[in-house]
Amino acid sequence: MSAVVVERVKAQFGSKVVETTSFRGDESIVVEPAAYYQVAKFLRDDPACDMSMFIDITAVDYPSRDARFELVLNLYSLHKAHRVRLKTRLFEAEQGEVADATRPTTVPTVSTLWAGANWFEREVWDMFGLKFEGHPDLRRLLLYEEFEGHPLRKDYSADKTQPLMPYRSGPDVLGKQRPFLGDEGMPFGRKDWAPRDASWSDDSLGDPEDAPPPDGTAPV
Amino acid sequence: MEPNDYDIDEADLELPTEPMRLNMGPSHPAMHGTIRMILELDGESVEKVDVQMGYLHRGFEKMCERGTWAQVFPYTDRLNYVSPILNNVGYALAVEKLCGITVPERCQYYRVLLGELSRAADHLTCNGAMAMELGAFTPFLWMMKAREHIWDLLEEETGARLTHSFFRIGGAAKPPTPNVKARALEVCDAVEAICRESEKLLLTNRIFLDRLQGIGTVSAAEAVQFGWTGPALRSTGIAYDVRKAHPYLVYDRMDFEVPVGHDGDNYDRYMVRWAELYQSLRIVRQCVEQMPDDGPVNVDAPELVLPPKEQVYGTIEGTIQHFKLVMEGPKVPKGEVYSFTEAGNGELGFFIVSDGTGTPYRVRVRPPSVFVLQGFPRMIRGHMIADIVPTFGSVNMIGGECDR
Amino acid sequence: MGEVRNTSGREAVRVEVTGSEVGFATTKFDALLGWARKWSLFQYPFVTACCGMEFMSLNGPRFDGLARFGAEAPRFSPRQADLLWVVGTISQKQAPALKRIYEQMCDPKYVVAFGTCASSGGFYDNYATTPGIDKIIPVDVYIPGCPPRPEAVIDALNLLQDKIARGDRTPGVVKPREDIVERQLVTLRKSATDLDYGPQRRSGEPPITLGRTSDPKEGER
Ligand code: SF4
Repeated sequence: MSAVVVERVKAQFGSKVVETTSFRGDESIVVEPAAYYQVAKFLRDDPACDMSMFIDITAVDYPSRDARFELVLNLYSLHKAHRVRLKTRLFEAEQGEVADATRPTTVPTVSTLWAGANWFEREVWDMFGLKFEGHPDLRRLLLYEEFEGHPLRKDYSADKTQPLMPYRSGPDVLGKQRPFLGDEGMPFGRKDWAPRDASWSDDSLGDPEDAPPPDGTAPV
Repeated sequence: MEPNDYDIDEADLELPTEPMRLNMGPSHPAMHGTIRMILELDGESVEKVDVQMGYLHRGFEKMCERGTWAQVFPYTDRLNYVSPILNNVGYALAVEKLCGITVPERCQYYRVLLGELSRAADHLTCNGAMAMELGAFTPFLWMMKAREHIWDLLEEETGARLTHSFFRIGGAAKPPTPNVKARALEVCDAVEAICRESEKLLLTNRIFLDRLQGIGTVSAAEAVQFGWTGPALRSTGIAYDVRKAHPYLVYDRMDFEVPVGHDGDNYDRYMVRWAELYQSLRIVRQCVEQMPDDGPVNVDAPELVLPPKEQVYGTIEGTIQHFKLVMEGPKVPKGEVYSFTEAGNGELGFFIVSDGTGTPYRVRVRPPSVFVLQGFPRMIRGHMIADIVPTFGSVNMIGGECDR
Repeated sequence: MGEVRNTSGREAVRVEVTGSEVGFATTKFDALLGWARKWSLFQYPFVTACCGMEFMSLNGPRFDGLARFGAEAPRFSPRQADLLWVVGTISQKQAPALKRIYEQMCDPKYVVAFGTCASSGGFYDNYATTPGIDKIIPVDVYIPGCPPRPEAVIDALNLLQDKIARGDRTPGVVKPREDIVERQLVTLRKSATDLDYGPQRRSGEPPITLGRTSDPKEGER
């Protein structure tokens, strides 16, 4: 059913379509970043596609790939009841790097096509640091402005905190106790993208026998 | 008396007005959940709202990438914490879709049964809290009483009042208890009786109706633009319900209706939830009739499902299998899927990516209540400050799901 | 003649009536103050997350856990409250708001950390969540549980009242109640000839006669 949409897009955009996959009934189309907006608009306006409803936009980080981020847009047609996933691959924006057309780092916003995309593009910016051209209000959505970095990138250590309030210290404030370390609860299968926060290393806790009294300071 | 300055133009006498800015939140008594709003007011009417969320951002998606596939379940409980079972089921279905397995029929009925009870509890809580914020405390207490009945049953079945983590990849943690059917019918009757009573208390109350009707109206076209789903979308007249449009589990065998409103105002959202509550109880009753009394609950897939405890302690294969599943996690095949179910607030989607190991590569949840919340500035524009309270109540923003 | 004892067993207030007209009471001023305070707590619920659902239930008809102990009226202005319930996860973004509310409350003020998240951050050990509100404000009573059952919260309130009466400001943790059923099951299992580790409660189990529930407040706190 949804395969119709894929065929329509292929016929319309031909060479701009990088690949299409169908897995467990989910159709997905990968397009070049330059064509991303046109394809999204086509999906919305073409009567055979009629993707009237915006479902979700998110990203996946693959640090090992050259084009590091995969932007994933899920769409749904309320009348035709088909779904499709539109994807595009983006490069990481380096600080001070001049824009390079062969390494696209941004795409145009689709919040002009679906009003619902507005906040979710903000979230992608917040969590992954991908920018959207022409977005009306690209602020952080979930985190605070003082936060540095983008936590859902694989190289952001999960337990690296950036407190807004300085932590109290005193005898009634306990830090982490043995045996709970930074990688507590992590199974063998976990991928070690990010080194765990250094301040919670085994050594910093010291020997449990002659441990200094917990001073309550937390990693910053 | 004649004014002294009669040659001054009437327009000049007007005081210069500029919009007043008011901060509401992040801890405001009339808002369940924590959210902050910067209001721009003209007198008492709201001109513009800047909704700032994220005060309950707990890093759900990051935490999922740390544990095994099975360790995600406790986190899903705390997404929409008013109906945890529905989240458990949603995530379990997503992983099962990626693995290409279907749970046995008995488990499917069991999931629907507990899930619908959970949905009833969700709608009870939402409507009760909304009534309480408008000052109707008695109906709130009654609905809490009804919810307590549902929670009793859930506790008997799952062992926890609120955070169940009960439905797992490939089945459930435990088979149904022998008296689940009888108890479910009892609970349905008790809840229905309480609901009928509290309906009489509220729905003929002039004040309550006046504060809901015609406030926060949204048209169907706008609702689709915002990506609304669930009761909020249905209140505008669009009968999109995942359970009907894309039936999963055994919903295609259930006979139920999808209630719709037509104005898309607070009253419609309230009434759609209220009507869905009765439909949920109806589905529960049908489940009781149709659910098989015996048969397996878990799929026969030792690489995904924990072996029974007798085997773990009694056989060496069981011990090894248990060890591998707990320490390395179930190996989910490589690939990515988007799976969606109807949760309390609308389409709850899980987009999951696996790289073939025991740890999720990426778990993305599509939170239905954020979409509704995103339409909030549109809903409240031109209304009074006091209307924020019922309108926000009808959005049913659940912090855990909204901010994740 | 009557007397009021606080739960620690020490005599706090003694009321003696020696004639129909004459009456006097002897007590220490602090004890009287503590006794009065502990029955008139005005609460500010700072409800953020899932624990709020249990907080609703606690106020609901079945448990009625606050009104019975003189802490019914919620005050939504921190200036009028002296008991701060921190119910649910406090994220880094929320922490300044919590601190500000705490600072607006008048002395003496008490803080209860409701649930694991408020006590220690729970299983949200990551960039977004504070590892317990004691990193931000001092805490009087911690309630473990995710979410804690209403019974545990009632225990916490009693514990806090004890502390107020004693003038004790060291942090306290609510202890789990003894599970009578579990204890009897263990005894049963021990006496059974073949050990069956299967789910005990699920299949036709023998009826368990319950002993008298020991007073949960007995024992050391
Ligand atoms: S302790 Fe558990 S139930 Fe309470 S807020 Fe934290 S996660 Fe939610």
